Amino acid sequence: MSLLPNKAELLGLGRNMSRPLIVCLGLLPFIFLIAAYYFGSEARLSENPSDKVMPAFTSMFDAFYRYAFEADKRTGEYLLFNDWLSSMKRLGSGIGLAALTALVLGIAMGLFPIVKRSFLPFITFCSIVPPLAILPILFIIFGVNETGKIALIFLGTVWFISRDIYEYVGSIPKEQIVKTLTFNSSIFGLLYRVILPQIMPRLIDAVRLSLGAAWLFLIAAEAIASTDGLGYRIFLVRRYLAMDVIIPYVAVITLTGFVLDSLLRKANVVFYPWYVAKKRM
Amino acid sequence: MPHRELRKNNFLHIEDVYKSYGKNLVLNDIDLSVEAGELCTVVGPSGCGKSTLLRLILGQEQPDSGEILIDGIYAGGPDIRRGVVYQKYSLFPHLNVLDNVLLGIKLNPSARCTAEDRERAISYLERVKLGDSLEKYPHELSGGMQQRVAVIQTLFVHPQVVLMDEPFGALDPGTREDLQIFLLELWEEQKMTVFFVTHDLEEALFLGTRLIVMSQYYSDDKACSGSKIVTDLSIKDDKKAYSTAAKYSEDFQDLIATIRQQGFDPNYRQHVEEFNLKHTHSFWTK
Repeated sequence: MSLLPNKAELLGLGRNMSRPLIVCLGLLPFIFLIAAYYFGSEARLSENPSDKVMPAFTSMFDAFYRYAFEADKRTGEYLLFNDWLSSMKRLGSGIGLAALTALVLGIAMGLFPIVKRSFLPFITFCSIVPPLAILPILFIIFGVNETGKIALIFLGTVWFISRDIYEYVGSIPKEQIVKTLTFNSSIFGLLYRVILPQIMPRLIDAVRLSLGAAWLFLIAAEAIASTDGLGYRIFLVRRYLAMDVIIPYVAVITLTGFVLDSLLRKANVVFYPWYVAKKRM
Repeated sequence: MPHRELRKNNFLHIEDVYKSYGKNLVLNDIDLSVEAGELCTVVGPSGCGKSTLLRLILGQEQPDSGEILIDGIYAGGPDIRRGVVYQKYSLFPHLNVLDNVLLGIKLNPSARCTAEDRERAISYLERVKLGDSLEKYPHELSGGMQQRVAVIQTLFVHPQVVLMDEPFGALDPGTREDLQIFLLELWEEQKMTVFFVTHDLEEALFLGTRLIVMSQYYSDDKACSGSKIVTDLSIKDDKKAYSTAAKYSEDFQDLIATIRQQGFDPNYRQHVEEFNLKHTHSFWTK
């Protein structure tokens, strides 16, 4: 057997590929992007050594090192870590509050028709309001400090998660609820032992899918009014065309998002194997 | 027996029950009285409302009119007096086999799950050859295994009556017969009352001590729709389970042929006065 893939493995419809081949194919666009940047940057810098648009990898690394590992002369703080921590606090509070609210709302709407009828149309209406359009309102009401930013992330994600949880509660077969009642269960038993454990993996999934939107609102809020945060820094250094700072910051954001996504995915595999198996079926 | 006496003495008593969905009458004046310890099987053509009747007894739905009494007390909503085994969705997907069986104890506010309960659950599961699967989740089990767990899950809390809605309907014939025998063993051992709905006449005759046939194919002098009980027979007077060989006897096959014509043939319309209601507890209020 040759190490190189044959034509059938590469081009056959619905073929199973070997693991190394899958990894290689997955890496291909990244290698292409990095190579294209590298040659582009080389070309521009050879023409004008003070070009700022496509800095060399070495200058990006220097900038990253400065921001990450050298204490700021004025404040004595590590800028990148500080920015990252402030952003994560906002992201965590916003989406955490949204998840908690959505859990309560979703379950209540899924179980009790009276809650569903009085909240579902309202939630559907709210989910259409573009969150960024009401950002000025939020800043006016809550001020430009943390509350306004957290409120934006909250309002940007809570409606989607609520509806998702509500729909999932509704998809739990009625037979299960009736069966629970034949065990003399109280409403708390039903919630605690039957509904909640089945909802948790779905909530984790919904939060995971909302993270992309949450990042968007976080960076937008930080760009407009803030004194720290990843988004604040990127928009601050933009004034000096500091691509050597912007690009590493974007990389940090992307990496954080990727790690969060993987962790949430992993949590479901470890704690809720039945849910992952059901989804694959 | 006069129906007042039946109402007083019998375990499950259904009188003058009507049920319709929208304009469509499904159950037309059902009268049925079942003694404790009976394994009552209910068959009928599809759409005859046998599952509807089961849901009414369970309390999952309420009748339009009429009364359903369990041990002299109105049925109301679902509660611990009645256990249920459905064809599917009986198990909780987020719990493993052992926890599915123990759930009934854990949910009951007036009971506490002890080590003894655990032992009891494990010994039950070992008896039905599920001792190796205690930690498995429902999606890892075959259909037959799932239904065995479902039956044990329901019986574990000792309901007064077990309602079964085509519990073996989705299984292949071999597994199905295994589970029928398993059910009969448990029934003989625990002397429980069972209300077993099926569309399979052979299964109904093999399992039951009393056979109820429901059908929408009959004629009365009014233009009425909705199912009635068209046959009510005692099939095992000694209340002992048959061996599987009984399925191949001539009497058994004859009975199947008769009932198939009377209950299942849309073109054979029996008149209400001719219904085969020979069971001693059969009654009809006008």
